[in-house]
Amino acid sequence: MTAPRKITLTINGTVRSAEAEPRMLLADFIRETLGLTGTHVGCEHGVCGACTIIVNGEAQRSCLAFAVQADGATITTIEGLAASDRMHPLQKLFHECHALQCGFCTPGMLAAALDLVGSHDRLTTEEIRTGMSAVICRCTGYDGIMRAVTAYADQLGKLAPAKG
Amino acid sequence: MKPPQFDYHAPGSIEEAVTLLGSYGGDAKVLAGGQSLIPVLNFRLARPGVLIDINRIGALSFIREADGGVAIGATTRQRMIEGSDIVGRRAPLLADATRLIGHLPIRTRGTIGGSLSHADPAAEDPAVVTALDATMVALSKRGERRVPASGFFRSLLTTALEPDELLVRIEFPPTPAGTGTAFVEISRRHGDFALAGVAAQVTLAGDRASEVRLAACGAGPGPIRLAAAEKIVRDGGASAASIEAAAAAAAAGVEPTSDVHASAAYRRDLVRAMTRRALERAVARAAGGTR
Ligand SMILES: Cc1cc2nc3c(=O)[nH]c(=O)nc-3n(C[C@@H](O)[C@H](O)[C@H](O)COP(=O)(O)OP(=O)(O)OC[C@H]3O[C@@H](n4cnc5c(N)ncnc54)[C@H](O)[C@@H]3O)c2cc1C
Ligand code: FES
Ligand code: FES
Repeated sequence: MTAPRKITLTINGTVRSAEAEPRMLLADFIRETLGLTGTHVGCEHGVCGACTIIVNGEAQRSCLAFAVQADGATITTIEGLAASDRMHPLQKLFHECHALQCGFCTPGMLAAALDLVGSHDRLTTEEIRTGMSAVICRCTGYDGIMRAVTAYADQLGKLAPAKG
Repeated sequence: MKPPQFDYHAPGSIEEAVTLLGSYGGDAKVLAGGQSLIPVLNFRLARPGVLIDINRIGALSFIREADGGVAIGATTRQRMIEGSDIVGRRAPLLADATRLIGHLPIRTRGTIGGSLSHADPAAEDPAVVTALDATMVALSKRGERRVPASGFFRSLLTTALEPDELLVRIEFPPTPAGTGTAFVEISRRHGDFALAGVAAQVTLAGDRASEVRLAACGAGPGPIRLAAAEKIVRDGGASAASIEAAAAAAAAGVEPTSDVHASAAYRRDLVRAMTRRALERAVARAAGGTR
């Protein structure tokens, strides 16, 4: 039963079907089978966060799931954020706050940030800092990323005043 | 690296899963959240012939009030536990601990049953069930078996589960009124496994500490119940002197080892400091009625 199986999922609003061996990682299925190479693969053991995507509304590591497990799922990757040529508000803030340099971590950063802000009613800057530690950036020093995500939480009226 | 080949089954019911486990036994691995198993497969540190994916079994994912405590299904995600009102009220120590596990995207997939079955010595969940005397319920073709936390963790990454047994739920006893909890740990970066951590639950009755529960992680081959430290606070109350004495007893009672992350001596010292902090915080919460 290592034979390929048919997988059907909705990715960035489009229904796609393809075959995958059970051992194929979701990250590789997205990149190699579906051709969406915006999802990056770094460590393949859950630590770096580059492969983070949104599955059924929640961020997860695509290197720590098999493609077969995503049969029937609804997925958003970096390619699904912008509306035609208009950047997503968070992408725009990353651009304005210099929150990326090489861009390798950025797809994972955006997925983690969207889930973090989306799943909370209120967030302190400390909680944003803790939450964004889910993805490693080797370039920016995190300062621009913190500014972008904090500004995004603020835009949505979710930024809690600093404690004490 | 890519995972080795395996046969893949995704049963829809507990019965089916247990039948599969019974027929494959040691050649099969259960796949829960995959946050520990898939890294192991990606690095080819294990080559199970068969994976039994239990993620499609709805009956294994629940949080339920039961006998004044709470029962949690094995595949309940850590993310669901951290946000659960029932867990916050009935097992606040578990809620405290869960927020410290990895990162949110890890907790999206990671399950309580997976963490307990994996039995990483630095993991939070094993320390919580040890402190609280929770019961692990395992199922096989041979029937149901209830294993108390004190008999569940055998050694490094090894539990009392037999190869044909599926962990199906965890039962936590009631939390008495007047209780405060805290899980305190030190890790190099947020989201890393702890170098050492301590789980504390204290119940105050007037100026006495009527019940004290303490367990450490990262300080031995598995979670360690800090019984001598518990007794000091139970007998001597929650004064600063008694907490300091308990912290010293906790440090004396653990068996940490040295590795690339920290020396045994440093870990022992962390257990002392974490025990003090966890007790102080739990006592303050018990006194303030905030759990
Ligand atoms: C980057 C990163 C950081 C992490 N940080 C932490 C941390 O700080 N603290 C922490 O505690 N954990 C941490 N983890 C691991 C944690 O997220 C997992 O929850 C846990 O170790 C395994 O749970 P799982 O559901 O993913 O199990 P899996 O990986 O699916 O399984 C783990 C093992 O348990 C067995 N198993 C699973 N479920 C059952 C069952 N019901 N019955 C019988 N056997 C079963 C499997 O066969 C396997 O051997 C981290 C992981 C990553 C990737
Ligand atoms: S590639 Fe998935 S977390 Fe690093
Ligand atoms: S921008 Fe280069 S890793 Fe983050």
